Amino acid sequence: MESHARSLPEHTSARPESRPDWLLLTAVLAVAGALVRILWFTPVELRQGVAQKIFYLHVPAAFIGLYFACGIVAVSSLVYLWLRDERLDLVAESAAEIAFLFLSVVLVTGPIWGKPVWGTWWSWDARLTLSLFLWFVLLGYMLLRSAVEDRSARARFSAVMGVLAALLVPFIHMSVYLFRTLHPMPIILKPERPSLPNEMLVTLLVSMGAFALLFAALLRRRYRYAHLREGVVAREEELA
Amino acid sequence: MLEGAWLIARKDLSIEYRTRSAFLAALAFALVSVVVFRFAWDPTTVTALDLAPGVLWVIFTFSGLLGLFRSFGVELAEGAMDGLLGAPVSREAIFLGKFSANLVFVVAVQAVTIPAVVLFYNLALGSEWIALAGVAVLASIGLVAVGTLFSAMALNTRMAELLLPVLTLPFFVPVVVPAAQATVVLLGGRPIVEALPWLRILLAFDLVFLFACTSVFRFTVEE
Repeated sequence: MESHARSLPEHTSARPESRPDWLLLTAVLAVAGALVRILWFTPVELRQGVAQKIFYLHVPAAFIGLYFACGIVAVSSLVYLWLRDERLDLVAESAAEIAFLFLSVVLVTGPIWGKPVWGTWWSWDARLTLSLFLWFVLLGYMLLRSAVEDRSARARFSAVMGVLAALLVPFIHMSVYLFRTLHPMPIILKPERPSLPNEMLVTLLVSMGAFALLFAALLRRRYRYAHLREGVVAREEELA
Repeated sequence: MLEGAWLIARKDLSIEYRTRSAFLAALAFALVSVVVFRFAWDPTTVTALDLAPGVLWVIFTFSGLLGLFRSFGVELAEGAMDGLLGAPVSREAIFLGKFSANLVFVVAVQAVTIPAVVLFYNLALGSEWIALAGVAVLASIGLVAVGTLFSAMALNTRMAELLLPVLTLPFFVPVVVPAAQATVVLLGGRPIVEALPWLRILLAFDLVFLFACTSVFRFTVEE
């Protein structure tokens, strides 16, 4: 069956596994360095104690997972429907998986932070709820991709879902916000983020940078895997 | 385009009317749920009025899904989908026709379920029933628009029965939450102005997603 998508360029470079992945190595070291700084070189917050330090993992994961990764999925999906370049589909696929990973970190670290600080595992806080829904949407996205065998159909369906998911985000935000406005939750100690003292701000930025590097490294690696996989599938189809 | 959509809607509704199997299944599910939900809570601590809005909207969500399985499933038999795509109607018309047929289906189930809940839960529903019907239709438009699109995709796949709920339920939430909250206001006899913010979200969702789903539908049925 003729596929409308432009086919992938031939993969002609040397075997990828022979060269070390410097970006990934740097990223891992950066994250390790950030962890060291978080644990030993950042002051402990007065009211929340040591539990507050999860903030330095939770916030970068949320920021990069929600805005960067999901943004990439949405934009690649839209542009794919316009240009039909298969590489865009692979970018969306890779970014979605990594977004899922980062959002899982958000959803795990959130309750761990929340329990000692808020006194509750879960509060229907606007951002946490949005993360939960996007996590479900990404799960559905990955399920959809695994369920469709035809490459072109899979790319189109995923792109449609990516675009609709992007449209969904403001509505979830509005619903949750209105719900919380009209139904005030019991007053709980909410970890505030007013002005951070310098050392904490620097730690946050260091952690943000490390997570950004990690995201870039993982995205590149995951994209390469997807590219190789499609090359193998194409070769098998040729031989069959 | 509207004429094509009308023809397709009429076709789907005629097929459903002949057997009524999906409609009866959805209705049976709805009525059993109404009863089960009442007995699942202690009637001395949870009043029927507290329970009713949630019950209504959970039932509508899941019975809507039951109807959606039928929607494109009807076309899978004997390659009817190819015939439909080959016909001289635009893709948008096909979507709108399917959408309309599904909407009629869902509203028909609601038209039986709401009186059933009023009856079994002893609710005092006066002239608010018109507003309630309006909320139900408004929410159904959103549910059915998204559901019709996703069923076009999911029914092509191996795990359709699992995939359709997993894909659609996150999209149903910004419809079900406002609808249920508006229902709370109406059944509680409170002034309808309190429900207006929720109705605004519903209306916005309907407009945005009906337009978006109609537009992207053709990407799901290309060959």
